[in-house]
Amino acid sequence: MVEIDVEHVAWLARLELTEEEKEVYGRQLRQILEHAAAISALDIKEVPPTSHPMPLANVMREDRVEPSLSQEEALSCAPRAEGGYFAVPRIF
Amino acid sequence: MEPYEMTAWEARDALLRGEMSALELTRAVQERIEEVEGRVRAYVTLTLEEALRAAREADDRMRRGQDPGGVAGLPMAVKDVLCTRGVRTTCASRMLRDYVPVYDATVISRLRDQGLTMIGKANMDEFAMGSSTENSFFQVTRNPWDLERVPGGSSGGSAAAVAAGEALWALGSDTGGSIRQPASFCGLVGLKPTYGLVSRYGLVAFASSLDQVGPITRDVRDCALLLSLIAGHDHRDSTSLKVEIPDYQAGLGGGVRGMRMGVPVELMGEGLAPGVRSRMEESFRLLEGLGAELEETSLPSLEYALSAYYIIAPAEASSNLARFDGVRYGYRAEGAEDVLQMYGRTRAAGFGPEVKRRIMLGTYALSAGYYEAYYGQAQKVRTLIIEDFRKAFSRYDILLSPTSPTVAFRVGEKTADPLSMYLSDVCTIPVNLAGIPAMSIPCGLDEGMPVGLQMMAPPLQEARLLQAAHALEQALGRRFTAILNGEGGGR
Repeated sequence: MVEIDVEHVAWLARLELTEEEKEVYGRQLRQILEHAAAISALDIKEVPPTSHPMPLANVMREDRVEPSLSQEEALSCAPRAEGGYFAVPRIF
Repeated sequence: MEPYEMTAWEARDALLRGEMSALELTRAVQERIEEVEGRVRAYVTLTLEEALRAAREADDRMRRGQDPGGVAGLPMAVKDVLCTRGVRTTCASRMLRDYVPVYDATVISRLRDQGLTMIGKANMDEFAMGSSTENSFFQVTRNPWDLERVPGGSSGGSAAAVAAGEALWALGSDTGGSIRQPASFCGLVGLKPTYGLVSRYGLVAFASSLDQVGPITRDVRDCALLLSLIAGHDHRDSTSLKVEIPDYQAGLGGGVRGMRMGVPVELMGEGLAPGVRSRMEESFRLLEGLGAELEETSLPSLEYALSAYYIIAPAEASSNLARFDGVRYGYRAEGAEDVLQMYGRTRAAGFGPEVKRRIMLGTYALSAGYYEAYYGQAQKVRTLIIEDFRKAFSRYDILLSPTSPTVAFRVGEKTADPLSMYLSDVCTIPVNLAGIPAMSIPCGLDEGMPVGLQMMAPPLQEARLLQAAHALEQALGRRFTAILNGEGGGR
């Protein structure tokens, strides 16, 4: 049986869930993870992990100045902007 | 044949011969949309003005004797996951309902250089998470073959638009089958390119090590044509491959004589509908008749692909979707007392149930104490899958399977049980984990609905894939793009 602290996971994911959602996701996640448990049991300690399907590493490009978005454009999609900054509710 | 039923290359020939104008073609598609869109609901946003403007420009160029560009005047649907400057890009999510990008995805800017005539932004499962297009915030798209059934997903709007004659062709994206499965369900050709062949810049990220953009078209030639225009290196995508792009149309007609083809038994097993199995076996005989050598083979690790995928993809998604926090773009919940509450409420209200489920699953799989057991283990399984494909491709040029174990299922049939929905991706998922290219080709009907055959090839062997697909398509001798009629189809 997979143990899931739904409240903690929701907090990590910054999702304010309703009581009903917590119950439903808890149940569904356990079901999905029990299916996935097939791989947890495999003895593949020596197999190297793959994070990326193509053999690429340290991709560099020329360090060249190019036009980019203006401040106005960069802020144009923000729910709230003030004085050239993104504006958010209080942080502390 | 109505203009909206043509393949893009047929329409392009007609335009260049002066038999029809781009404006007439675009208007014909527009009228078709007015006729059927109320029932199909393929589009989130229509861009008819922009399409008509592009069509007029294509006509002007041709009148002056200039090449109008490879896609000019040929109405295209674009999945609403690709950023389009000045046209809202929603990912079918409340989170991005009013998001208007200030830049174009690289595939879009490349196609603009070729005269892109975009007719609309196509519906999809929210943030490309789903297999039926039922997870859209806006609407459920219907399968033009039977309006009671789903068009597949997540690129269901793109596929439905092409199948219904609401576009000649489309762009989709594929993370675990999201191009191939809807193409299969709607009787179309769909191709997921090799990881890194097509730029992901401006493609809203779902699972960055799996996502690729690709074509959904009415035939293999259109697929080759569109792929050749979107493929190629992009310095804005650090995973983009620096490779020469061949002329994908050149090899069409080359046939399959002498090609060695393997059929992995793991993809022909339980859950395969009898009718789909019959269509597969008929296609296999047909390919043998054309001179291909077929045999059964085994890739044992594929048994674990689905489990690995449903750890890796949600893990990457939970990280990628952290950017939707109500600060820089998208929806923000009002009335929060502090920023943490704002994040939590914005994400709770902005994301739909499937997206939240995957964020939860991915967050759990990456959290302290569980990382090794799930994510670490899934990455190792991924290595085994890549290794199995590598071994198989040392013996075979192409691998064959169904694209989906069943034809399109009914609207609402799988929504209550996420795991049953996930299981429908069993044949397409291994391809994304391995980063190889694969196509779905229509190969007949079961229950009156289209069946797709999947062909898989080694990395960067898209030309071989298209050549083999073309041979099968020609041998089948008909297109399966039956189009819903004004009076029929719907209820």
